[in-house]
Amino acid sequence: MKILVPVKRVLDYNVKARVKADGSGVDLANVKMSMNPFDEIALEEAIRIKEKGKAEEIIAVSIGIQQNQETLRTALAMGADRAILVVATDDVHKDIEPLAVANILAAIALKEGPSLILCGKQAIDNDFNATAQMLSAKLKWAQATFASEIDIKEDIVRVTREVDGGLQTIDAKIPAVVSVDLRLNEPRYASLPNIMKAKRKPLEEINPADLGVEITQRLKVIKTKEPDSREAGLILENIDQLVEKIQENVGG
Amino acid sequence: MKILVLAEINNGELAEDQTSKTVSAAATLGKVDVLCASNQCSDASTNIAKMENVENVLVLEDELFAQGLAESYSETLIDTISSYTHVFAPSSSFGKNVLPRIGGMLDVMVISDVSKVISEDTFERPVYAGNAIQTVQSIDKVKLISVRTSNYSAVPLTGSANIKKIDCKSNNTLTTFIENKMQTSDRPELTSAKVVVSGGRGVGSKENFEIIEGLADKLGAAVGASRAAVDSGFAPNDWQVGQTGKVVAPDLYVAVGISGAIQHLAGMKDSKVIVAINKDEEAPIFQVADFGLVDDLFKAVPEIEKKV
Repeated sequence: MKILVPVKRVLDYNVKARVKADGSGVDLANVKMSMNPFDEIALEEAIRIKEKGKAEEIIAVSIGIQQNQETLRTALAMGADRAILVVATDDVHKDIEPLAVANILAAIALKEGPSLILCGKQAIDNDFNATAQMLSAKLKWAQATFASEIDIKEDIVRVTREVDGGLQTIDAKIPAVVSVDLRLNEPRYASLPNIMKAKRKPLEEINPADLGVEITQRLKVIKTKEPDSREAGLILENIDQLVEKIQENVGG
Repeated sequence: MKILVLAEINNGELAEDQTSKTVSAAATLGKVDVLCASNQCSDASTNIAKMENVENVLVLEDELFAQGLAESYSETLIDTISSYTHVFAPSSSFGKNVLPRIGGMLDVMVISDVSKVISEDTFERPVYAGNAIQTVQSIDKVKLISVRTSNYSAVPLTGSANIKKIDCKSNNTLTTFIENKMQTSDRPELTSAKVVVSGGRGVGSKENFEIIEGLADKLGAAVGASRAAVDSGFAPNDWQVGQTGKVVAPDLYVAVGISGAIQHLAGMKDSKVIVAINKDEEAPIFQVADFGLVDDLFKAVPEIEKKV
């Protein structure tokens, strides 16, 4: 079976997002960009499934600007077999919405015929948490969101989901789209030999038009601002003072 | 404008706080209808009918909806849903699972985690773990909105809406529910608690987390945890407060042994009063705390528990 893993190039999670002074967005010029951490977890899971002999091929897909090929090289170095880059814009500040991403991925899925699409549950830039759900709707496939455990049994995938209140286990019929949560696994680092090997793995470059998909933006970003900030407060001298403050604020 | 709210009902039990606050956000635009889809809706629909600004409660009782599986939302139900101009759901694991799937079916972009409804097509939502707030305007024919409920108050129970049964053929051949392993607790629910006591990596172990739980119980508080504490296995996943966990805004948030990573702050910085206890005076949590104490938590917390 084939596994498709979409990977997004985002502002590195260790870099603090800075809002541009003109309110047009978060500054992405000359900052460190990395693979979305949730997508790394999805890719790691795909690699582990392949290592267990339950999958033959892993295809990584990235949608965005030309430089996303760096992200795809990382994916190939971690263990993806080949990569598809969909060049959808030349502006790093233009975020492709989950609905458009789902349309592009659905077209690729119809062409490639994967049994499983493993996605990160959200991108740490736009925080939408929507691509996997929209994609499964487009394909009319089963969806299993927020996975903390994935077990493939022939034609079903058993997924334990992190939900409010605890854990829920469901069986999803394959083909399925699974979105992964933080505690599914810890992604590996690519080794130097694998980074070298990744340079020779196939990376195909296409446009949304090649897939017959037109990108239309549904949400117009009117402005981006800094959140209201909190002032640092008082450092108290002893426990009794703290007890007093807690009692004042516990309410009736 | 025609506004629908998807009530969150888990196996017949209404998530009242989440649903009421979602109604509150939706009602900033006008009167609302509420869809109750679950295996057992009589208690939930009676409750919802009392919520202010609710006009009609649509009851769809079907075993298929017991566990919130998104595939149960069939095309006929989607037809009913898309006869509305606005569809709101809480930004809980239920809403996050179902609403974008409806968006995919309707070819409509979802507007996730809305912190403020500005007008019928314009909304504010946090991005980058709350490090920026974006104002977006939707051009879609139906607006699908998930609500960051901690930004809204519950609606008063002064209404008397009509309760109507709706009929809708649904079917789910794609997913099957196996089991739930829910945390049972007598403590208040994390997202609606007035007081939250949270522990971080500094707590050191699952056993030591009892110190946090002890103080929480003394204060009648919910227990939270940082991602580091959950990842280390000190606390269960549904206690996680932060960008990818729960967003809370209690009257009082007590952060114990939590350094204050950006992604944790994203989940609690709208709390009214923040108290932090950490032995590292340089910890970033002190930058957002109203009151801080630089001390060893193992000494301080038991003493606080005794004295409050």
